[in-house]
Amino acid sequence: MNSQELNLTRADLVEMYRMMILIRHFEETTVAYFKQGYVIGNMHMYVGEEAVATGVCKVLKKEDYISSTHRCNGHMIAKGADINLMMAELMGMEQGNCGGRAGKMHQAAPEVGFLCANGIVGASETLATGHALYCSMFAPDRVAVAFFGDGGGNQGAFHEAMNLAAVWKLPVIFVCENNHYAISTSVKTSTAMGSFYQRAAGYGVPGVWVNGNDVLEVYTAAKHAVERARRGDGPTLIECDTYRLRGHHEGDEQTYRTRAEVENVLNNNDCIKRMKELLEREFSWTEEEEQALHKSVDDQVAAAVEFAMNGTPMKVEDMENHLFAE
Amino acid sequence: MNRIMYRDAVASALAEEMRRDESVFVMGEDVAIVGGVYKATKGLLDEFGPQRVRNTPLSELAILGTATGAAMCGARPVAEIMHVDFIGCGFDIVLNQMSKMCYKTNGQVTVPLVVRTQCGRGKSNGCTQSQSLEALFTHIPGLKVVMPSTPYDVKGLLKSAIRDNNPVVFIEHKGLYQTRGEVPDGEYLIPLGLADVKKYGKDVTIITWSKTVLTALEAAKELEGHGIDAEVLDLRSLVPLDFDTITESVSKTGRVLIVHEACERGGYGAEIAAEISDKLFDELDAPILRVCGTNIPVPNATIPEVESAPTVAKVVSAVKKICQGGKFRD
Repeated sequence: MNSQELNLTRADLVEMYRMMILIRHFEETTVAYFKQGYVIGNMHMYVGEEAVATGVCKVLKKEDYISSTHRCNGHMIAKGADINLMMAELMGMEQGNCGGRAGKMHQAAPEVGFLCANGIVGASETLATGHALYCSMFAPDRVAVAFFGDGGGNQGAFHEAMNLAAVWKLPVIFVCENNHYAISTSVKTSTAMGSFYQRAAGYGVPGVWVNGNDVLEVYTAAKHAVERARRGDGPTLIECDTYRLRGHHEGDEQTYRTRAEVENVLNNNDCIKRMKELLEREFSWTEEEEQALHKSVDDQVAAAVEFAMNGTPMKVEDMENHLFAE
Repeated sequence: MNRIMYRDAVASALAEEMRRDESVFVMGEDVAIVGGVYKATKGLLDEFGPQRVRNTPLSELAILGTATGAAMCGARPVAEIMHVDFIGCGFDIVLNQMSKMCYKTNGQVTVPLVVRTQCGRGKSNGCTQSQSLEALFTHIPGLKVVMPSTPYDVKGLLKSAIRDNNPVVFIEHKGLYQTRGEVPDGEYLIPLGLADVKKYGKDVTIITWSKTVLTALEAAKELEGHGIDAEVLDLRSLVPLDFDTITESVSKTGRVLIVHEACERGGYGAEIAAEISDKLFDELDAPILRVCGTNIPVPNATIPEVESAPTVAKVVSAVKKICQGGKFRD
């Protein structure tokens, strides 16, 4: 992929590179604080898949909607959510983006169009279709994106959402993050034809396969899909072939795959490495710039940790609030 | 005042709210050209067009999920699930999405959505198109549950449900659509969470909702012949529950019969009985009894279908049992 053909500047590429590093560093930091007992709940890390959220969200405007999964940190950060509030939420603090009551799997950042993460695999598919229905009726310049995995692609919701979005020509982009495993279940044993993008043909909409660890491939596919949606031509299915470098959750023994399989991806198709090589090869990226970027990400995440650690745990006396809206 | 049918009162409420607020729209299976299989959305397509009267594919999960997703952005959809029995096909959205959104986001994302559906026996539709499933919904925190019994109530409550900022499961009854009642010409609203005394009495309180309100009223008439003056309390909304009106009535009568068409076991009647026992034990002069659906799937054949639900005879008999030998209050 030639970056110049995409009308992306060096600054754009550096921004995407930084975003992927920020997501990875944020998550690796949450793991460290999880092990110490500060971050609570099941940790489903996005490490290895950062190019998908980064490439897709680079195309979106703040007002566009995304709907996410249990593996949501990357989507949120890429959409522009405040990582201080995220870290506080992960620690159960009332300063968190949902006051500590949501946790990682249910958090939200509506101010940037991220209306909720989800503990139910596949729920993002119909919810994002609903966001797109709203856009088509009341905010025609906006679009919605459903992020879901290979697990979510095998839920019945996938079919109902794709079909409805296609017949109503809704401005929604279905982004299937095929990371090859639904917990321990390989796509090889769960998915007819072994992939998802061909299914788009059954709904008469474009189905695209990209290397989900190549942020520019993701960006390009998302750009075409978002332009199509904004024109009113309806949905697109993008299958991003990616790989989960950590376990399904922290503590997963990963007996369903070999260490060599993981290392092969890490060494040969890691999204961050690929981008660094591109910057060095085509944009004379320097070691000084690399170090400065890492320093700024470290500082940003350290500030988030400090903000969260200074928070107040959610109080029992507040736990019945907000069951209903006024 | 006009005497109109329950189904026309539904359509009238929808039309008035759609005229009033352009963010209100209707979606569901067969809601457009035929105006719904029970004709409760009749006339809406002509007035509002296909953008706001959206005929959907036969996809309950997509209906509930997209309606919830649109409501999260600020629309006010009224999503129709043709039979409440079909909710199972999309239940995740009810159980895990619409009901939890406001709470889990700390009040930041609300779901101003009405799920209109209908329940109940009476058409020999058998076990998967005749159920009364309100207890499934009352068990889920974050949902409001409304079950109107008259044309007047259905109109005023539906208008309030549409204006409410929360998900409301609004359950009509297939046996009520063609019943008629007085409905004012002008606009009116009935707040959610306000029970209605459909008949005043002093000897016993019959607590009920939906179509069994009619059964209870008929039974109350018959009981007059036995010298028993029954009060019929129509809850109208199960969540929120108007316990103040229950308290007022039970404090007066000291005797309670709960009547609902849904299966007895785990039914909402058990919840009400427990709450009365908890808060009003000293007011009671007799054990609380229930007349409910039999704990079986709804049979298709006509007489078993009727006999597996509350009947006038069963209500009369239960009330007589409650009042047997007791001293009535003045």
